[in-house]
Amino acid sequence: MQSQTMLIRFELNGKPVEVEVSARTTLADCLRHQLMQTGTHVGCEHGVCGACTVIVAGEAVRSCLMLAVQVEGQAVTTVEGLSREEALTPLQAAFRKHHALQCGFCTPGMLATAHALLTEDPEADRARIREVLSGNLCRCTGYIPIVEAVFEARAAYVDKSAKA
Amino acid sequence: MNPKHPFAAVGAPVERVEDLRLLRGRGKYVDDLHCEGMLHAAILRSPVAHGRIRAIDCAAARAMPGVRGIFTAEDIAQTSKGSIPTIPLRAAPLPELVRFEQPVIAHRKVRYVGEPIALAVADSAALAEDALEAIGLDIEPLPAVAGWRASARNDVLLFEECASNQPITYTASKGDAASVNAAYVRRERLRVQRHTACCMEPRGLLALWDGAQAKLEVSGAAKVPFAVRRALAQCLDLPEDCVDMIEADTGGSFGVRGEFYPEDYLVPFAARKLNRPVKWTEDRRENLLASDHAREVDMEVEIACEKDGTILALRGRAWVDMGAYVRANASVQPCNIAQYLSGPYRVPNIHVQSTMVLTNKTPVGTYRAPGRFEADFFRERLFDMAARDLAIDPVEFRRRNLLCKEEMPYPFATLRPPERKGETDSGDYRIALERCLAEIGWAEKSRLQGRLIEGRYHGLGIGCFIEGGGAGPRENARLVVEPDGSVSVYVGSANLGQGLETVCTQIAAEALALPMERIRVFHGSTAHLKEGFGSFHSRSVVMGGSAILAAAENLRGAIRAAAARRLGCAVSDVVIGEGLSASQAAGGKTLALSESVPQGLSAEGTFASHHHTTAYGAAAAHVAVDARTGRIELLDYVMVEDIGRIINPLTARGQAIGAIVQGLGGTLLENLVYDEEGQLLTASLVDYLLPSATDFPHIRAILLEDSPSPHNPLGAKGGGEGGTVAVGGVVANAVAAALVTLGVEPRELPLAPQRIWHLIDAARR
Repeated sequence: MQSQTMLIRFELNGKPVEVEVSARTTLADCLRHQLMQTGTHVGCEHGVCGACTVIVAGEAVRSCLMLAVQVEGQAVTTVEGLSREEALTPLQAAFRKHHALQCGFCTPGMLATAHALLTEDPEADRARIREVLSGNLCRCTGYIPIVEAVFEARAAYVDKSAKA
Repeated sequence: MNPKHPFAAVGAPVERVEDLRLLRGRGKYVDDLHCEGMLHAAILRSPVAHGRIRAIDCAAARAMPGVRGIFTAEDIAQTSKGSIPTIPLRAAPLPELVRFEQPVIAHRKVRYVGEPIALAVADSAALAEDALEAIGLDIEPLPAVAGWRASARNDVLLFEECASNQPITYTASKGDAASVNAAYVRRERLRVQRHTACCMEPRGLLALWDGAQAKLEVSGAAKVPFAVRRALAQCLDLPEDCVDMIEADTGGSFGVRGEFYPEDYLVPFAARKLNRPVKWTEDRRENLLASDHAREVDMEVEIACEKDGTILALRGRAWVDMGAYVRANASVQPCNIAQYLSGPYRVPNIHVQSTMVLTNKTPVGTYRAPGRFEADFFRERLFDMAARDLAIDPVEFRRRNLLCKEEMPYPFATLRPPERKGETDSGDYRIALERCLAEIGWAEKSRLQGRLIEGRYHGLGIGCFIEGGGAGPRENARLVVEPDGSVSVYVGSANLGQGLETVCTQIAAEALALPMERIRVFHGSTAHLKEGFGSFHSRSVVMGGSAILAAAENLRGAIRAAAARRLGCAVSDVVIGEGLSASQAAGGKTLALSESVPQGLSAEGTFASHHHTTAYGAAAAHVAVDARTGRIELLDYVMVEDIGRIINPLTARGQAIGAIVQGLGGTLLENLVYDEEGQLLTASLVDYLLPSATDFPHIRAILLEDSPSPHNPLGAKGGGEGGTVAVGGVVANAVAAALVTLGVEPRELPLAPQRIWHLIDAARR
């Protein structure tokens, strides 16, 4: 059952990468175990929990439901690529301020989903934020502080879209 | 503790130390670990609930490319003196329970779907899983018992050599409940469904065997690393100091992750056998099949009281569905149901029995607020029924029976076997109730009780609770002065994702008068300390924090002694100041830390206590029920809890809200459903419903610190579980109140739409 391997090239967090993967490797496994970007987590492997969410071509996707070979030529952003500098981004800082993470396992997926949402819709209200985050499960926080953190982080995205 | 210096961090809403790495994807969870030559394990699990293993054919699997080993009971018996090790009982180990311990791999029989039968180890996880497909299994199916009633008939025995499927009955008693003759008595049969923690991070292990030194290192430990080391060393026939359990970042435990499981033996076994690092990570189906389940219990419970609502006695009988084996901490739930049925109330006479019943299902263990969530549902539901019968307002009924300050400490029923007494510690339980009523606006909202507004019935429910914490016997800490003037804190408490590093940093910073930046916390791993006890029973701050205080006092003493030698004065003349500087009293010379002590100076501290802490609180819910669909919307939920001294209000509130939402999951959504053959029907997150971001937006938690615990120097009480305790009873009472005109009384969780709809339908017929 050894499957054939393929050489793929894509952009990961702004840098070009090249990796040899077997055809059945998911994007999540490729990121975590071949490219050693272990910030993206795998919680269910059937697309329900959202822990593995990454951003592919601007959209939040489940990296456990996507094969690595599907991102050939695309731009992929993971939690490691959300901030280019040492400082936390406004979204990450809002998570810290509101205690929007406990064990931190779902957090990379939450951040990816929230980042994609606020990039597209920086004026999302609490109901919209809840609706979008309902695809990411968290077992620790009860979601209330996550919603508050995302709501507070909107300001940074409004500025960004105004500049752009 | 002296909080009057600029580094007094205890009580401040400090942002967490952990967050800086976790928010940037730099956490290290066990599956994030990779090492040279690492192999991957996968586990073949029983597809049937009950059966006799006739043959396991591993030949084809062993011959597959990339497969390094296939191990079954036979291979394990060969290396462990002919017998299969079992998972040793950790909590309250009684000799009568030992014969129901779980073997680390199925041997001759399988007793639940998901029981490990074989371990495959290969070059990749995918190849290991491929190998499982190639193993031939011949199992003769036996009749399965999937519920406690069928099991209790003992027609089908899980252990043929034992005549009964009921390992033990615990009794909690106080006064003389049998001879109480009361003006009012009501007996009810109630039930809580099987559900579990379902941590977001699946369990995982990475075992490294160093053949040259005969040493084993296992990453992925959590909760009780020292206890697991003891068990593992014993099972592998290794000296304890040849085994180290290492904590990585941990994606939640809630009582379930970190106990000794079959995999905790199998993966290290394979690493030693193959002399290669072996990693195993469960998938979600395995997580739901193989991690501890919890909570499933049927109970007959009876209240006896005066016509004015004064409680005279509680009597009851609980049947706890244990699944197929008695695992490491399985006794906690049945014991707690019996002993803590009385909760925060004055109950002079109690007689409650709690029986373990084995079934062909996944074994159970503790899950946040074990036994207490269940007992509170039973008690608070019964109280509302009694209050209604007696025409007493449900709030008034509780006021009349809640414990007050003058009664502290108040004894619980005594549990047997073995004898376990207990008592509350401090507080005035009516304060939390009154505050909760005020916060939810009970007086104003009670006009909504039972009213039909825009197609939905509105109801309010109330309940009071206590939360136990601070389990003994002791905890240890060690402080080390580093060359750069920082202090490393090693503590036996374990990280479960609850923010342990931050609160321990706060406690150490305050005790040592150092800025938090100069404290580094290392926790859990067996390499740090000679002995540690871990994190369960809301004990990590109470016990670990107090041990840090003790170690800090000893470190200050050691610095004082070293400085006295340098300064040429008496030890008693040395005063420790900010930054652990030492001065000769009365304006004498001051030595910086680096001048007074040798590098690597360290001090140990132990805090021992057998007194549990008792946090207490009240919770209220406002629901709207759509009688056409049975759907319940939670319009408001308020909890008030006094958790003694609060170290960090930010993380304490986080625990409270998170605990409430977990309780809501167990009350309204989560259900591990089995069919009659013992097949789990809800083995994915599509079928096992966890709360999501849209489910419960209206939750409030108010934490008080009016009643510090008298039993530890911090004055802290366990605070991680209280939010969960009350939810079932409170929400079910609100639903009953909403549907009072229809005569609906929920007696069973979860309060899923179909159950509510059926209750309404039956009441209307």
